[in-house]
Amino acid sequence: MSGNKIILEVKKLSKVYDKEVLNIEHLSFHKGKIYGIIGPSGAGKSTFLRLVNLLESPTKGYIYFKGEKIFLNDHTAALARRDMTMVFQKPLLFHTSVAENIAYGLKARRFPKEKIKARVEALLEKVGLKEFAGRHAATLSGGEAQRVALARAVAFEPALLLLDEPTANLDPTNVQLIEQLILELNKDTEMTIIIVTHNIFQARRVAREVVFLHEGHIVEAGETKKIFTSPEDPRTKAFVEGRMVY
Amino acid sequence: MSLLEGIIEAFSLILTLDPYLIKIALLSLQVSAVAVLLATLAGVPLGTFLGLKPRERTRFISKLLYTLMGLPPVVAGLVIYLLLSRVGPLGFLGVLYTPTAMVAAQFALAVPIIAALTMIGIRSSGKEVQETARTLGAGRFLTAWTVVRESRFAIFGAIVTGLGRVIAEVGAVMIVGGNIEGHTRVMTTAIVLETAKGHLELAVGLGIVLLFISFIINSLLYNFQGGGKGSVW
Amino acid sequence: MGQLFTNIRKIKRNGPVFLLLVAAFCFFLTGFLVSGCAQDADPAPVPEQNGEESPANGDAEETLPDEFITLATTTSTYDSGLLDVLLPAFTEKYGPEVRVISQGTGQAIETGKRGDADVLLIHDRPAELVLVEEGHVTDRQDVMYNDFIIVGSPKDPAGIKEIDSLDEAFATIASGEHTFVSRGDDSGTHRKELVFWENAGVEPEGDWYLSVGKGMGDTLRMTDEKEGYTMTDRGTYLSLKDTLDLEIVLEGDPALFNQYGIMAVNPENFPHVKYESVLKLIDFMVSPEGQEIISSFQIGGEGLFFPGKGVED
Repeated sequence: MSGNKIILEVKKLSKVYDKEVLNIEHLSFHKGKIYGIIGPSGAGKSTFLRLVNLLESPTKGYIYFKGEKIFLNDHTAALARRDMTMVFQKPLLFHTSVAENIAYGLKARRFPKEKIKARVEALLEKVGLKEFAGRHAATLSGGEAQRVALARAVAFEPALLLLDEPTANLDPTNVQLIEQLILELNKDTEMTIIIVTHNIFQARRVAREVVFLHEGHIVEAGETKKIFTSPEDPRTKAFVEGRMVY
Repeated sequence: MSLLEGIIEAFSLILTLDPYLIKIALLSLQVSAVAVLLATLAGVPLGTFLGLKPRERTRFISKLLYTLMGLPPVVAGLVIYLLLSRVGPLGFLGVLYTPTAMVAAQFALAVPIIAALTMIGIRSSGKEVQETARTLGAGRFLTAWTVVRESRFAIFGAIVTGLGRVIAEVGAVMIVGGNIEGHTRVMTTAIVLETAKGHLELAVGLGIVLLFISFIINSLLYNFQGGGKGSVW
Repeated sequence: MGQLFTNIRKIKRNGPVFLLLVAAFCFFLTGFLVSGCAQDADPAPVPEQNGEESPANGDAEETLPDEFITLATTTSTYDSGLLDVLLPAFTEKYGPEVRVISQGTGQAIETGKRGDADVLLIHDRPAELVLVEEGHVTDRQDVMYNDFIIVGSPKDPAGIKEIDSLDEAFATIASGEHTFVSRGDDSGTHRKELVFWENAGVEPEGDWYLSVGKGMGDTLRMTDEKEGYTMTDRGTYLSLKDTLDLEIVLEGDPALFNQYGIMAVNPENFPHVKYESVLKLIDFMVSPEGQEIISSFQIGGEGLFFPGKGVED
């Protein structure tokens, strides 16, 4: 039943730097699903995530999170951020221990100490880094760091998780680990997840619905299976068949 | 007096803890430490604020800070003197020729250094830290604190550089402090005076103490620049 | 109400600026603490009192406020060491601590005019009389005098030792282009020196005339290095004689007498001036006791200052 509830919606959303990089007429995301945003480089995928996560203001248009309009420069930003988060392509871990990193969002939300401790331990176990709690974050490998970043992001159980190319720089083992974590998270907590990826195979493995962006515009959106098997637009077809040069 | 004799005499003054020398050295440290502490309270937030702004939008103030970093201490001293003098706008405070005035002058010298070096440090990774912290739901103050904490080595470096500059400067404290014995006489002004009076052994002794303090300061700085690894020595 | 919230948000957004203000506040607070600490180390605690007369029971000497006064004087006076003897005697007898700032005469006069000191002890009589006339200072007294001398390298290349007249000596140095080192710092000594050049009918210009912008001690040191001539007060020369290779080449010309005056910064201009204590200091300096200390002050067996008023008037 929750599957029909809209958690995120954007209307007439556009961003212009030197030229227009994103222009989306309308797009909505339902609670509990995993969405893939795919498209070649420069399609506006990352810009979309940055706008939704209020790291930048749109040039025009509105973002609705849980039914409320949100803006970067007023009190709605704080409300929105309490319940959504983002993992970057290159994770930035703070110069503290692994456990401290994971606890960051919980501390920001003033969780009680015992609860933080319990949750950090559970998450470390989940991402397979149980022995790493006291390790300094700077000593981790790329894959380990990304797993910690993911654990840190989901620690406070956000309603919406944004992932910006989370596996782009990782080896196949870590890619598989992270994808598995994403699927488990979604299943366990009904967390809505939007994953931006240029990797069509990843989108196919993970996402239930896919949005194909090209030069800032939505070319096609729908069920993952449909987009990959019977795309309507020739550009989508070219991209999912790996024929689009980017 | 030869330099060697001066140094020998100077060491005996240091080793016997000559009260005149000790008092001056302590006052120097006290004044500079307070000035740098206050400059840190002002300069680190300012530098952090600027470091997180896009480079294009801070071009003017960056240039201003870099210029002020090279501000001749006597000019800073002169400005503070004119402010604090009885006929100046802050004359009613009556703090000219007190350690307070010296703190003010050194504060003015240290703030641009600490702010500018903090700004540079924050620029290298501050934006990403800020975004990560925000993304994780940190409020304004936690975000700011996280940014500062993540750049702590650069910031410590900035503070230590500021301390090194103010403790070794003479022009400003001479003008606003007046070099009053037992009251506003610090190491650098004492060196000027004792040299003029021909008490070279005292001057050399103070010089050695000052060098030693500078050495410690620069060892700390070296340590911070290496990202906090390795011992002070 | 909405307006208020916007403003609060603005303050929040301008967090660093806000912190800056807080820091500025802390700065003054801490600054006062530091001065407090420094004063703790001093023998006398310093409650501020503005010439308010304490009830007179017993000697006036015991009713002076327990405070400090700031004396601006010239480097040459300070470097002579006289004040190290004179002022403790005053403090012991009357209480107020005297803090000494040593500056060039020009700067000391400026310090007085700006109200940054309570009392001046300087030696530029014409300028002092102007200060009195213009109302910047009051209660001026001729307290002592010493004399200027011309010193130079023992080689005496210009042969000044054979000359008795200052005018002639200066003219000889200039015409022979012998190195002369001038304070060049607008001090009383420097001003006097410029008057002497004028009297000698010489423009002090050229490679031989070095205007160094330094105090007397440094100037003597540089004269020694350059093997040149300079004009100095006797006190500084005597106190540094042992470290210098310089001899007196001319002394005794009446023009070379140097009168010292002590005067209070006018309390009508600056109410913060601790006038009571300053008057006490001036009285002490010209009292038999003070004058005795001045005349018995010696360096290397030679007296530096003569009490009272010198020859010129």
